[in-house]
This record gives sequence, structure tokens and C-alpha cells, in this order.
Amino acid sequence: MQATTHIKRRSDGRISIKSGNQVQLVMQLTILLLTVLTIIAFLFFDYTGLDIQQAIQETAYNLRVMFLEPALSHFGWGEAFYQVSITLGLAFLSTILGAILSFFLALTAATNLTNEWITKIVRVFLAFIRAVPTVLWVLIFAIAAGLGSEAAVLGMLFHSIAYLVKAYSEAFEEVDKGIIEALRATGAGWWHIVVHAILPSTFTYLMSWTFLRFEINFAVAVAMGAAAGAGGIGFEMFMASSFYFDLREVGMITYMILVLAIVLEIISTLLKNRYFPASMKN
Amino acid sequence: MNENRMRYKKNQQMIVVVLLLTLLTYLSSVITDFNILHGLATLPEAFIWIFSNLVITDESLERMPTILDKLLETILMSIAATTTATILSLFLGVMGSKSVGTSKGLGILARFIASLSRNIPVVAWALILLLSFGQNSLTGYLALFVGSVGFLTRAFIEVIDESSQSAVEALQATGATYIQIIMKAVIPECLPQMISWILFMIETNIRNATLVGILTGTGIGYTFDLYYKTLNYHGVALVTVSIVVAVILIELLSNHVRKVIL
Repeated sequence: MQATTHIKRRSDGRISIKSGNQVQLVMQLTILLLTVLTIIAFLFFDYTGLDIQQAIQETAYNLRVMFLEPALSHFGWGEAFYQVSITLGLAFLSTILGAILSFFLALTAATNLTNEWITKIVRVFLAFIRAVPTVLWVLIFAIAAGLGSEAAVLGMLFHSIAYLVKAYSEAFEEVDKGIIEALRATGAGWWHIVVHAILPSTFTYLMSWTFLRFEINFAVAVAMGAAAGAGGIGFEMFMASSFYFDLREVGMITYMILVLAIVLEIISTLLKNRYFPASMKN
Repeated sequence: MNENRMRYKKNQQMIVVVLLLTLLTYLSSVITDFNILHGLATLPEAFIWIFSNLVITDESLERMPTILDKLLETILMSIAATTTATILSLFLGVMGSKSVGTSKGLGILARFIASLSRNIPVVAWALILLLSFGQNSLTGYLALFVGSVGFLTRAFIEVIDESSQSAVEALQATGATYIQIIMKAVIPECLPQMISWILFMIETNIRNATLVGILTGTGIGYTFDLYYKTLNYHGVALVTVSIVVAVILIELLSNHVRKVIL
């Protein structure tokens, strides 16, 4: 916080004793604004056809059926595992392709490796990609390239790249300037610097960011299956709830996703604790 | 260890990792029926299609009021879900933190609730809630709310555990009660970080709201889905552009706030 590091003076030279004012003011304004908007939101909502008491009772009942009596009825265990592996496959493909493409893009997005203009162009471009929700990318690609794994992977790839390039380029920028300068002094070319300085010193970071993205991509792949018909366990879940109204099956699928998600989270926490020093938090 | 042998071992490990990744890539492309070459080949075609079909026309601009209305609903939904989730997460965060948590049991409970609501996908919540709440703004709101609680609790636990302990100790020494410590030391200390996470959550929720909207038939997601299914691609383009503009504006605004407070 800047307020505590130096003495602030007012225009007439007196020491301002309320030096933290701007920070306080902005925080208070933010909280006030959010509170007001929340109240407006509840007034603005469309409540047509809602019986809140009944809805809560029904939800409680549904949740009980889902979580306490899970069962598969429309497909067997073999099929279920196959569908889960499709979801994992979609997540894996978009992560690995994303990682490869992101590595090269991140080289152009890191300020210490390329000139300012290219960096800016790449960043604006990525900001645009990020602003379009993943599901819209998938659906747009689905009309353009036909529905299937291609549309799903391409759509998910876009967001993986936007996320990974940011993470990678930040890691590249933290590489010690001295190393790069020393290599440059020996007459090393750009690629030499990348291969012998940048890559070895950031490799473990890159790996753990990539795994973090894989974890996210798994959740995204489930969602894409349900919302964009990209297949996999998400699609089965969508069918079970919206077509068959089979809550037991939804429950079973939820458990499967839950177990996998928790396993992935544990692995990524282990990786994070091992490779990320305390200073580098997302 | 001899340097050459170390390098050799490292190289060997590297080769194993690369081979493993290649194998996994191959397996996944077989399972998902994905052809990398075909996928890349369709990319230019897809872009040509996008640029020639996804254009905003005067006709689609007439729908602007409806779209803006739905967009506003989505934004409000995301903000409401985040702020209300913050209140619950604050309790869970304090409960779950190692430094100021009351008891071990409650801490584990808080972490468990957070992990559960974070790891059950938003899709599942949306689909369950849709069955009983119907096609309603509240369904979308609740689906976002549950996901936000999980994420914010985890973030708050980390923030509280990381913030300086000296203020807490000083207050303890003066004989302050637990509530006083939380209100006067922990929360003021962590507030900037927490606001930053809340803003981040709002951004994420606006993006997720589109997905939840498609599933539950609410907000801008529903509008998109409607145009998409009726093959009104000009409408699709307009909705996409308005989402992009909204997301970028909100990101810029929250980045500005973040710059001041952090």
C-alpha cells in the first residue's frame, strides 16, 4: 500500500493525516455500488411462475434423490467410463494443443523478449478472445465447422490459449535479466536465449500452469457437453436431466465428475505447493 | 553425481515425459474422434464463414433493446450472486482459516462445503435447479451463487491466512473479544485483497452466466440460444458483440479499482 510508505502532503505543504483516503474512498464506493446493484437486481428479476416455498421443497427433495439414491439406468458402467474418457480426452487435447501454441505466442507476448508493439497487439487480441465466453466460441465453431469434437476442442483451445499465454508470458518476464544479458553478450541469438535461458528456468512453472489449466478444461469440457452438445459425460448429464428427468442418473454422473475433479485438484495443489514459491500466486 | 550422468538422466526423463504426452494425445484423439489436421484445416474455412455470416445488420440492430435488457439482467444476476455469496463466504472463510478459525471441526466443515460447491460443476447445479425453480432469473442466480461460494471461500481462506498476524496478536493482547478481532483486525487487513477477488468473481460470473443462461433459459444466454436455434446469425453476432463489450468494460473498470486499492 502506497499510503504507508511515504508521507503525503497537501497542496499547501501540510502533512495530510488522512493519507489513506483515496484507497478507503474507492473501497467504500465499490462496496456501496455493489450493494445497491444487488438490491436493484433482486427488484429487477423476473419471477414469473415461481412459488418459492414449493421450489425450495422440491430442490431439497431433488437433491436428496440425487445424492442419496444415485444409479445408472440409461447406460451401463462401461459406457459411463467411455463418456468420462471422452470428456477427459477433450480437456487433454485442448490443453496440450493450447500449451504448445501458447508457448510460442507467449514468447511474443513477453515484454523482455519482443518489442512493445507486438506485445500490445497480442495482448489486445487475447483480451478479445477471453471476452467471448467459451460456450459461444464452441457454438460459433459448431455452425462454421460442424458439430463434433473439432468444434469443441477449437472453442476450448481459444480460451486455453488466452489463459496460458498470460501465465506463461508473466513467468518469462520474471526470468533474471542478468542471464539474458550475459547470453546476449556472448553473441547468442534469440532462439539460443529462449532455449537455454528462458525455457530451463521457467519449465516447472509452465508445467504447473498447464496442469492447472487442464483441471479447468475438465470442468469446461463437462459444461460444453451439456450446453453445446460436445459429447462426453456432460452431454449424458444434460440428457439425463432435461430429457429423461432421471435424477438418480444425474446424481451418479455428478459423483463421477466430483471424484475426478477432486483428484485433479489434489494433484494440482501438490504441483502448486512443490513448484510455486509463496510469492507467485495466481 | 557426475554432471554428464545427471544430464543424461534429465534427458531420459524428458524423453519419457514427451513420449507419454504424445501417447496420451494420440489416445485422446482416437477416443474423441478428433483429427488435428482436419481440425486445423477447417479453421480458415470457419473464420471465412464467421466473417461473412456473423455481421451485424440494421435488421438485427432493431433487436438491440431486448438484447440490452437481457444483458443488464445477466450483469445484475452475476453481481447479486457474487455479493450474496461473499457474505456466506466471509463466514466460511473465517471458519476455515487456520489462523483465526475457531475449531478444527468447523474448519474442516467449511473447507468441505467450499470444495463440494466448487467441484460440482455449475452445469449440474443449473440442471438441478431448473427442475424445481423453472425458467426463472432466480435459477440462474442460484446456480452462479453456489459456484461463487466455493471459489470465494477458498480465496478468502488464503487471504486471511496470509494477512499479517501482528494486528490480531495486538488486539488479543488488549483483551479484545473474538468478534472485535475479526471486525477490527482481520477484515480491514484483508479487505483490499477480498474486493479484488470479488471483482474477479463478478467477471467470471458474467462469462459463466452465458453458459448458465443457455442451460436454464435466462438472461443473455437464452437470447443467444434463441437466435442460434432459429439460425438468426445476425442476431447471434449482435449478442456476441454486446457480451464482449460488456465483459471488456467491466474488466477495465475492475482493473482500475484494483490498481487503486492494491
